[in-house]
Amino acid sequence: MYQAIVFLPLAGAIFAGFFGRVVGARACEVVTTTLLFVAAFLAWVAFYQVAIDGQDVRIELLDWIHSGELKTFWSLRIDTLTAVMLVVVTTVSSVVHLYSVGYMDEDPHKERFFAYLSLFTFAMLTLVTADDLVQLFFGWEGVGLASYLLIGFWYQKPAANAAAIKAFVVNRVGDFGFALGIFAIFVVFGAVQYDTIFAAAPDQVGQTMAFLGYQVPVLELICFLLFMGAMGKSAQFLLHTWLPDAMEGPTPVSALIHAATMVTAGVYMVARLSPLFELAPYALAFVAIIGGTSAFFAATAAVVQTDIKRVIAYSTCSQLGYMFAAEGVGAFGAGMFHLFTHACFKALLFLCAGAVIHTLADNQDMRRMGGLRKVIPFTWVMMLIGSLALTGFPLTSGFFSKDFIIETTYGDHTAVGLYAYLTTLIAAFLTALYTWRMMFMTFEGNFKGGRKVLEHAHEPPWTMGVPLVILAAGALFAGIGFQHLFIGADQTGFWRESLVTHEATHHDLPLWLTLSPTIAMTAGFLIAWYFYMWQPLYPFGLLKRFPATNKFFLHAWYFDALYDFLFVRPAKRLGYVLWKIGDGKIIDGLGPDGISARVIDVTNRVVRLQTGYIYHYAFIMLIGVALFITYFIFAGGGIAP
Amino acid sequence: MMLSALFFYLFAVMCVGAAFMVVAAKNPVHAVLFLILAFFNAAGLFVLLGAEFLAMILVVVYVGAVLVLFLFVVMMLDVDFAELRAGFLKYLSVGATVGLLLLVELVFVVGAWITAPVLVSDLPTPPAAEVSNTQALGEILYTRYVYLFEAAGLILLVAMIGAIVLTLHHKSDVRRQSIAAQVGRTREMAVEVVEVETGKGLK
Amino acid sequence: MIIGLSHYLTVAAILFTIGIFGIFLNRKNVIVILMSIELMLLAVNINLVAFSSFHNDLVGQVFTLIVLTVAAAEAAIGLAIIVVYFRNRGTIDVAEIDLLKG
Repeated sequence: MYQAIVFLPLAGAIFAGFFGRVVGARACEVVTTTLLFVAAFLAWVAFYQVAIDGQDVRIELLDWIHSGELKTFWSLRIDTLTAVMLVVVTTVSSVVHLYSVGYMDEDPHKERFFAYLSLFTFAMLTLVTADDLVQLFFGWEGVGLASYLLIGFWYQKPAANAAAIKAFVVNRVGDFGFALGIFAIFVVFGAVQYDTIFAAAPDQVGQTMAFLGYQVPVLELICFLLFMGAMGKSAQFLLHTWLPDAMEGPTPVSALIHAATMVTAGVYMVARLSPLFELAPYALAFVAIIGGTSAFFAATAAVVQTDIKRVIAYSTCSQLGYMFAAEGVGAFGAGMFHLFTHACFKALLFLCAGAVIHTLADNQDMRRMGGLRKVIPFTWVMMLIGSLALTGFPLTSGFFSKDFIIETTYGDHTAVGLYAYLTTLIAAFLTALYTWRMMFMTFEGNFKGGRKVLEHAHEPPWTMGVPLVILAAGALFAGIGFQHLFIGADQTGFWRESLVTHEATHHDLPLWLTLSPTIAMTAGFLIAWYFYMWQPLYPFGLLKRFPATNKFFLHAWYFDALYDFLFVRPAKRLGYVLWKIGDGKIIDGLGPDGISARVIDVTNRVVRLQTGYIYHYAFIMLIGVALFITYFIFAGGGIAP
Repeated sequence: MMLSALFFYLFAVMCVGAAFMVVAAKNPVHAVLFLILAFFNAAGLFVLLGAEFLAMILVVVYVGAVLVLFLFVVMMLDVDFAELRAGFLKYLSVGATVGLLLLVELVFVVGAWITAPVLVSDLPTPPAAEVSNTQALGEILYTRYVYLFEAAGLILLVAMIGAIVLTLHHKSDVRRQSIAAQVGRTREMAVEVVEVETGKGLK
Repeated sequence: MIIGLSHYLTVAAILFTIGIFGIFLNRKNVIVILMSIELMLLAVNINLVAFSSFHNDLVGQVFTLIVLTVAAAEAAIGLAIIVVYFRNRGTIDVAEIDLLKG
């Protein structure tokens, strides 16, 4: 059964990928979506068996590498953490598959799309079921590849191609650190299997190794390098530049990959390696700092965006920061819980945005929306549910997970925790602000997009509507339903050994602390109401008075421009020089081109010797004979016999 | 001794002079005639060396056949008188230098060469007068060197065929007889019976 | 004066050189080139016969006979070629035979 969960999507991908053109688009859609739903069902069964009933599973599939000390295997490791991820990935993926049937209805390349979606799901499942770091890395790279393929799905668009390459390259920077981390683990522990590493880790506390000329603590170094990979994959501060551009891909892609699954791979990885991270306090502090900074930074950028998908993209970056902040203070279960709930409501928000875009004939600019509440009420309700969950409205899933994180960061009683608390709190305020801003701009007021577009606006078809309902149910009830398992009283029994848990220490937190996230949320809501409902012209005045500030946040603190200046341009220049001069002039000049030019030169001169006159030839022969004889007389064998 | 030396010098000088005139003559017919003279003198040298058969062969075959052929061709091709070209002088310097160098080296080799002890005498002695040169040649040519002889014959055959193939030229407007075709004529080929209507004639 | 081997060889050398001169000093006539070749062959023949005589070995004369045969064959073919060339080109001016020009 567990093999089925992982390999059914692969079967779907192969079917759609290789036979898509033969069987037609409808068959591809049906097959892949059905296979995914079966896998999702099995994943829930597995969740019940493994997480709730407590039967961990280990299945070895194949030997992979046996080289000296290095031994890796293809295997499935299903413990609670994996089961949680299985459920998230398969559910969201199956829902997105169904949604794509409606959304991509008019696209001529549906077979390729579904093949890539299922391929991505397979890679992600391989990642979460890995029992050693190499299979994890395989899945890691696989999802990066699928992300590249899907972002650049409409490959005739140069912007899409550029965004796909950017995603891949920035991921690559993170993966470089990740690979170095794996190498370091192998060097230190001699193995890459989780159990081996976790068992041997406590002995390595305090050990140092040589790195770039310094002696650094081993575990800190390893965890820091591994976290670099997470930063790249989860688009955290400093390696975040690819996520907003990734919105060039179709909306289902954004929902699946850049909200619920691929970007959460980093969070999963840190949780999976929590026994290691627990022993490396500096690395963990770094995780928390980056998480908090990302939460704050991305939220500031989201407040001024005009593209509806970019708002949600920056929101994802910000929420991922929450998860890392939680893990950074040791609350791995809380991070996973937020991952769980966030998958529901963020995917819901993306899919609703997709419905809005689809219905407005591919318009993504919020300045041309408005007043859609009466036109597409169902979508409005769904999006409202998602927004409530995102902002942490009481009793929604976001309330349980997000507020818990904010409280936990303070409850850590360290300086890093305090920093994380402040950033996440302010980010909560900003989250409410930009979320309600988005809702008001899209659904309230007057429609600013032109009459013809408004006339064609309609509710989405059932293939797009059913997924919204499923995700909305998750956004509303996942919090209440699963809170006690993930972060509540039963968490040790739930997680067991899949990640590090600390007993809940939430009994003695001051009241103002528990209320602070809700207060922040309400403040954000009120300000958004003021700006966009009460005094809708006020934002324009602000825009006129502070254009530079607006630009600064709009371009996400100009990180893109900075990286372009520091890395992209020099690299391009170097490439150009190496190409034109290194390759063109030097290698080609000395090699083929040069040789051929010289050959032509020389032969042109030599050809003049061929006059065609026999007596010239005879003359040359005579000179040659004379030379020969002279040589042999004076230098040859001598004259005497 | 004196006489043979005198004859040697006579033949030698005339041979060299004639050879020089071959090259220097303006009229190609004169050049061929001078070549004939050179060959005659060479035949004389051969006789002095005791190879009278070869001398006669030289005269009969070489002069009589080959050089006469040269003459025919020269006259057939209607060649103009040669003029001394301006370029002659330019090449003369280098050419003369190289040629003289070659000559000097050849003579130098000859002069420095030490006679092999095998050499019986310094004189061109004909062998003991039991057999004539012709008979002696015949005795070894057809026995020990028969393959060479046959090969030479083959070369001549090939040359003959080659010459004919190269120069045979059927003139298109010259009529020839083919006896075989004439003799192999049948009644159907020769006679054609035609019904002629009265007063109409043949078309 | 005793006429020795070296005298004959000297004569042959001079004839050979004159033949060589004939090839490249002549500017007018392809036939002269062929005749120069004949001269060179004659020089070789004289050499061979001289050696054969002074060594008392008839092999030299046999060789001369063969050389003679080959020279005759070559002269015939050469002349045939010239005849055909003249038929095709209309001239045997050496300065105009430059079809081999590269």
